[in-house]
Amino acid sequence: MAASFLFMRTLLTALTFVLGLLASAALAQDAKTVEKLAFGESDEKVEAVAALVAAGDEKSTALLQALADGELYTAGKRVLIVRGENVVDAATGVKVAPLPEDREEITVNNRLRRELGAALAALKLVSPERAARFAAARELAGGAEPAMLPLVKKALAKETDSAIKPLLEQITAALELKTGDGEARLAAVRKLAASHNPGTKTLLLSFLEAEKDEGLRIEAQRSLREIENRLAWSERAGIVFTSISLGSILLLAALGLAITYGLMGVINMAHGELIMIGAYTTYVVQNLFRGHALGAFDWYPVCAVPAAFVVAALVGMALERSVIRWLYGRPLETLLATWGISLMLIQSVRTIFGAANVQVENPVWMSGGVEVLANVVLPWSRIIIIFFAAAVLAGMWLLLTRTRLGLFVRGVTQNRSMASCVGVPTARVDTLAFGLGSGTAGLAGCALSQIGNVGPDLGQAYIVDSFMVVVLGGVGQLAGTVYAALGLGFANKLLEAWQGAVLAKIAVLVFIIIFIQRRPQGMFALKGRAVEG
Amino acid sequence: MGPISSAFSRLYGAKGWAALGAAACVIFVVFPLLNLVVPASSPFHVSAYWVTLIGKIMCYAIVALAMDLIWGYAGILSLGHGLFFALGGYAFGMYLMRQIGSDGQYRQNMPDFMVFLDWKAFPWQWWSSDSFWWCAMLVVVVPGLLAFVFGYFAFRSRVKGVYFSIITQALTYAAMLLFFRNATGFGGNNGFTDFRRILDIPIATPQARMTLFAVSGSVLIGTLLLARWIVTSKFGRVLAAIRDAEQRVMFCGYNTVHYKLFVWTLSAVLCGIAGALYVPQVGIINPSEMSPANSIEIAIWVAVGGRGTLTGAIVGAGLVNGAKSFLTQAFPEFWLYFLGLVFILVTLFLPQGVIGALGQVRDKLRVRKLMRAPLGKAS
Repeated sequence: MAASFLFMRTLLTALTFVLGLLASAALAQDAKTVEKLAFGESDEKVEAVAALVAAGDEKSTALLQALADGELYTAGKRVLIVRGENVVDAATGVKVAPLPEDREEITVNNRLRRELGAALAALKLVSPERAARFAAARELAGGAEPAMLPLVKKALAKETDSAIKPLLEQITAALELKTGDGEARLAAVRKLAASHNPGTKTLLLSFLEAEKDEGLRIEAQRSLREIENRLAWSERAGIVFTSISLGSILLLAALGLAITYGLMGVINMAHGELIMIGAYTTYVVQNLFRGHALGAFDWYPVCAVPAAFVVAALVGMALERSVIRWLYGRPLETLLATWGISLMLIQSVRTIFGAANVQVENPVWMSGGVEVLANVVLPWSRIIIIFFAAAVLAGMWLLLTRTRLGLFVRGVTQNRSMASCVGVPTARVDTLAFGLGSGTAGLAGCALSQIGNVGPDLGQAYIVDSFMVVVLGGVGQLAGTVYAALGLGFANKLLEAWQGAVLAKIAVLVFIIIFIQRRPQGMFALKGRAVEG
Repeated sequence: MGPISSAFSRLYGAKGWAALGAAACVIFVVFPLLNLVVPASSPFHVSAYWVTLIGKIMCYAIVALAMDLIWGYAGILSLGHGLFFALGGYAFGMYLMRQIGSDGQYRQNMPDFMVFLDWKAFPWQWWSSDSFWWCAMLVVVVPGLLAFVFGYFAFRSRVKGVYFSIITQALTYAAMLLFFRNATGFGGNNGFTDFRRILDIPIATPQARMTLFAVSGSVLIGTLLLARWIVTSKFGRVLAAIRDAEQRVMFCGYNTVHYKLFVWTLSAVLCGIAGALYVPQVGIINPSEMSPANSIEIAIWVAVGGRGTLTGAIVGAGLVNGAKSFLTQAFPEFWLYFLGLVFILVTLFLPQGVIGALGQVRDKLRVRKLMRAPLGKAS
């Protein structure tokens, strides 16, 4: 046992020694450059960085990284990389101990820092790890220095990955456009037409301004148009997606309200707080999983969704039994009382969980996204919420149209006294329907916890919006709610792309105010005598 | 007695006038004496804190009266009165900002936030804002005009009840978002603060504070009398009839739009004036005054005191805000519980408010007395 341990140690020491030698051999090659980097003037330093990049040796990364991190020191004639206790001579790679007293940090000014950032990215192009290369290529596609051209070409020659290779071709083309001769530039302009990068557009535009050659200009303009078309399409696709996503969130937030307000006529100002309760229930379930079933953590939403529904529904039913029941037929009083409830719920949550936002973590399968087009990444969480909203809507519709409870709810909505006469237990139906609406709010909270902050004020942000959806859609109509939610989602996002988020929101609110004045009953009004209350 | 003074004296009975006189005496004589003349060491001295607090509550009471006119008498619940209040405050705040002159942090003849945003000239909203009278006019006109236009379209298309409440809430919410933007030109998040002078008189002196207090008091009393005059007139009866059965009033040949529109606009103007008085006393105005929560709180002042009783509105504003300034200092975490509970309990158990409940108790006592009295003497 002891012998084998000793053997391992010897082996390790030997390995370290060999590695150290290798490293020092690599580093020793650029002793001159290192000297320039450490003692030279600002210009010389930049030159040295460029030289290191042009050499394209991945091992220079450590040196440049040390310089960028402020870990590179001079001590007399020597240049040292100081990493905590570990001190290495940058030129020879030999360990230095103890730490010299007269060391001085090499200052990095802003210009050098910028160069260093680009240089480090460029050097990562030759990294053996695919992820690092991909990230570096993406970063450089935004803008690369002509000095990097040899390195990029070298990387391109070696590259086999189908995702990275086109990016590298892009970068090469962009660089050749700046530095190359006529033929090379023409080829570069043609190649750039295939770009997905908005940076390429600015590059071509500035190229067009400076270029005199007519043939090249025409070619460049054609490429530019192609890129613009492609970018416009992906932008449009992005807006459509975010609109649908916002619409699905509004729909989730408003569906519960469509039942309590639309069908039952109860103005529930605490609806937003029921959403918040759903979100906090998700938080609690997540913590339980983290504490007791870490292995199954990724599947906590499976438990959180029903838990959020049940908790919010129970709270809602308790409210209906204790307060709202006594206020049926007095909508304005209901409004005030439920506002009071919402204040108390907010304060309770603050007392229990604290006033700060709590962290709800996405499970792995909901984080990240799919890249459908360049620059358009659709987050999984939002995609799943769109389907979740559709599922909740379908469930609600089935419940209202295909079950006995749904029949009763519709009956009580249409004619309470007649429903009561034929034996519908109206009081119980009220409680259940209110519980259903509240539970749906809880589901909305569960969904919202995956994409936004969870805090005591979560509900306040949604109450005005969800009332707008229900009012716009028309009372007593699920279809109206759906159209209104999607419509508001699109209106908001389209205006946002044009005028910014705040003005878009204001414009939408003003539009709704005007719309309600034109059509007080919403888009889909119930016809007949039921309208005049 | 001329017709005007007889119309005036008809507003209240002897007891009512006596109570009003006593209140005026407290506001205009007792408070100034205790604050300005009685030395600070005396236990009877009223500190600046109390003057500001009571002055603030009187402004709130004006808002409550305005709310009572529209909700208690015309049956229209507005959830946007905070907007009119804040607009009045902002209009007067512009004047106060200009009065700072070059005493701001940047020592420039421009409000600090404009210097900070690197603006070179005043935006158009600030035109003539260094004139007291122009701003005083804006205090009345801006809320009045907004209310008139909004009300005209809303009442004409017969938006009523909860719908009306919700769109007024959306209106104030939209305005809040608008005022939060720096580009709107009213200081964004921070709004206006750090006022120095009003009509070139330093604002932080006891005399200036007392003057603002007295002005608020007289506006409050004036508003009360005006409201009382409106609700006891024929106009007020029509309003109450609209509240109770609007369709019947329409079938009787009244155009209810005119009635509602008048009282709605008046109510907004009163709120604007209250806001203008509030801002110099409190020393700050920012967009959070327009948050929907603030406007709903106004409704609860009226509900606590008693809808449809003007004194109730004043009592409610005093009770709720008194409790607020006490609780937010003594037990900050209980304030929302308390406020929430007040909302629930008042709507469930005190639909007539405190004044109504007191009236009921008095009636009961009277009935009991009558029951106890020997039969023949009862009437």
